[in-house]
Amino acid sequence: MIPLLIGITIICFTVIHLAPGSPTDLQTNLNPKVSLEAKERLQSIYNLDKPLYQQYFMWIKKLAVLDFGNSFSSDQRPVLDKIVERLPITIAINVLSMILIMVVAIPIGVLSAVRQDSFFDKATSVFVFVGFAVPTFWLALLLMIFFGVRLDWLPISGIRSLNYEYLPPLSALWDLIKHLIMPVILSAFGGLAGLSRYMRANMLEVIRQDYITTARAKGLSERVVIYKHALRNALLPVITILGLSIPGLIGGSVIFETIYAIPGMGQLFYMSVMSRDYPLVMGVLFIGAVLTLLGNLIADVSYAVVDPRIRVS
Amino acid sequence: MKSDFWYRFLRNKMAVAGSVVVIFLFVISMLAPWIAPHDPSTINLKKVLSAPSGMHIFGTDQLGRDIFSRMIWGSRISLKVGFVATGLSILIGAILGALAGYYGRWVDAIIMRFVDIMLCFPSFFLILAVIAILEPSIWNIMIVIGLTSWMGITRLVRADFISLKERDFVQAAKVVGVSDFRIIFSHILPNAMASVLVAATLGVAGAILTESALSFLGIGVQPPTPSWGNILTAGKDNIDIAWWLSLYPGLAILITVLGYNLLGEGIRDSLDPRLRD
Repeated sequence: MIPLLIGITIICFTVIHLAPGSPTDLQTNLNPKVSLEAKERLQSIYNLDKPLYQQYFMWIKKLAVLDFGNSFSSDQRPVLDKIVERLPITIAINVLSMILIMVVAIPIGVLSAVRQDSFFDKATSVFVFVGFAVPTFWLALLLMIFFGVRLDWLPISGIRSLNYEYLPPLSALWDLIKHLIMPVILSAFGGLAGLSRYMRANMLEVIRQDYITTARAKGLSERVVIYKHALRNALLPVITILGLSIPGLIGGSVIFETIYAIPGMGQLFYMSVMSRDYPLVMGVLFIGAVLTLLGNLIADVSYAVVDPRIRVS
Repeated sequence: MKSDFWYRFLRNKMAVAGSVVVIFLFVISMLAPWIAPHDPSTINLKKVLSAPSGMHIFGTDQLGRDIFSRMIWGSRISLKVGFVATGLSILIGAILGALAGYYGRWVDAIIMRFVDIMLCFPSFFLILAVIAILEPSIWNIMIVIGLTSWMGITRLVRADFISLKERDFVQAAKVVGVSDFRIIFSHILPNAMASVLVAATLGVAGAILTESALSFLGIGVQPPTPSWGNILTAGKDNIDIAWWLSLYPGLAILITVLGYNLLGEGIRDSLDPRLRD
């Protein structure tokens, strides 16, 4: 955990220092009146005149107290504030889509394993293959054209309507839900295909185990065998898969938040990349990696909680 | 063994379908200058955003350029990015995986830790961050995608090496005094190529998807060079009037990626039918 964290900081630091020229060029290049001394002064304000390893340690010291520095953008606010105010919406959408993934993919996977080679099984495997291959941003466009423009059922950008503040609480909630439907479905889409395929493979493997044969042999009904004995064991590895899917979800938030103009961390990252706001880029990159690390940690711990075999070893 | 492979491969409908798509795309992109009905960059302001017709079967874009021709030329970009990026990730992945698996101990510990660290980054974040710094261009994109997608291959190659290095032919080579370098690259690595080939085919699909997403966001292949992703950007800008800009390039990406995925899975199933789920 700690070595990983250190590794993450080193990579973030290296990435930023790949930049040709100096970050201060952005502030000085457009201004022909800037003298060489002024440039050097600016360099020393940001400690850019020190050797790299010293810069790294200074950066780490600040990082330890979650100080990512100030944004280069015109508001010059602390990077941490900018991220924190946008984090909840991104996490909320990702959690919602994770729930959606589980609620939809697990029954699909189980059903297609139980009815192997049935029409349902074949249909889902087609869905899975297409799901793996479809570019989510394209799907987003199609959904926008269909539900947003043609049918005009769902709003296509933002998370609130303009008149949000004047709405009574219930319609305000409904307004929010309407804005979130498409983004949540989209961010879930890739995971849906993956998890249902995985769930099917798992279930097929479990069904072949001896203890399932035993359960059948002692005369339990097929229902009990499948849903009590098999399902519970097939569900275990799903935790790991959900943990592993976190980086994909967080990374994907750049795409759908940009398309749907959702003010979350992904959109912030996109904007910071476009405006070359290095402190902000580094901050989001770091937070994204730490979130992934935390997600994996939670997955490992909960795996140990539900599976006694892991606890023993 | 080889004929077994081809026998199973040719009887696998999905694998054959995948190969047909992949070969078709190769041919299209090679012949682009001859089969594209129009010049992909000729601007025609009289025909801005015209719907699909006999003259322009997929319609025209916001500058009146023929979408069908732009898509044919765009297939070159996809192919180039897919192969160069995957080639790079295989190069890195195979070397690191071979070293980790062959030498074990601290070499293994360091390399695998590095893999774990890289896997913590949402790869799209890492790619965007590097692109932000290096200026978007097709070469930078290929390199960055390659540099962020080698981890899976490293794990595969390492696992193969760990089991292969105990085998008799490796022990024999050691006894005869063959250098480590030759054992790794000419004795063991060829035996680990099967799983690498599968991973590479699936990797091409992934790289094509990533490139199109980057180009769509405006940080990939830069206009006026046509790429499937940046045609879709125009589709988003004209979402309420020109559906054809959004529909066809995405369909092309879908079919291409599907083709490579089917091919990769087909190769895996034919190499070792036991691996089928």
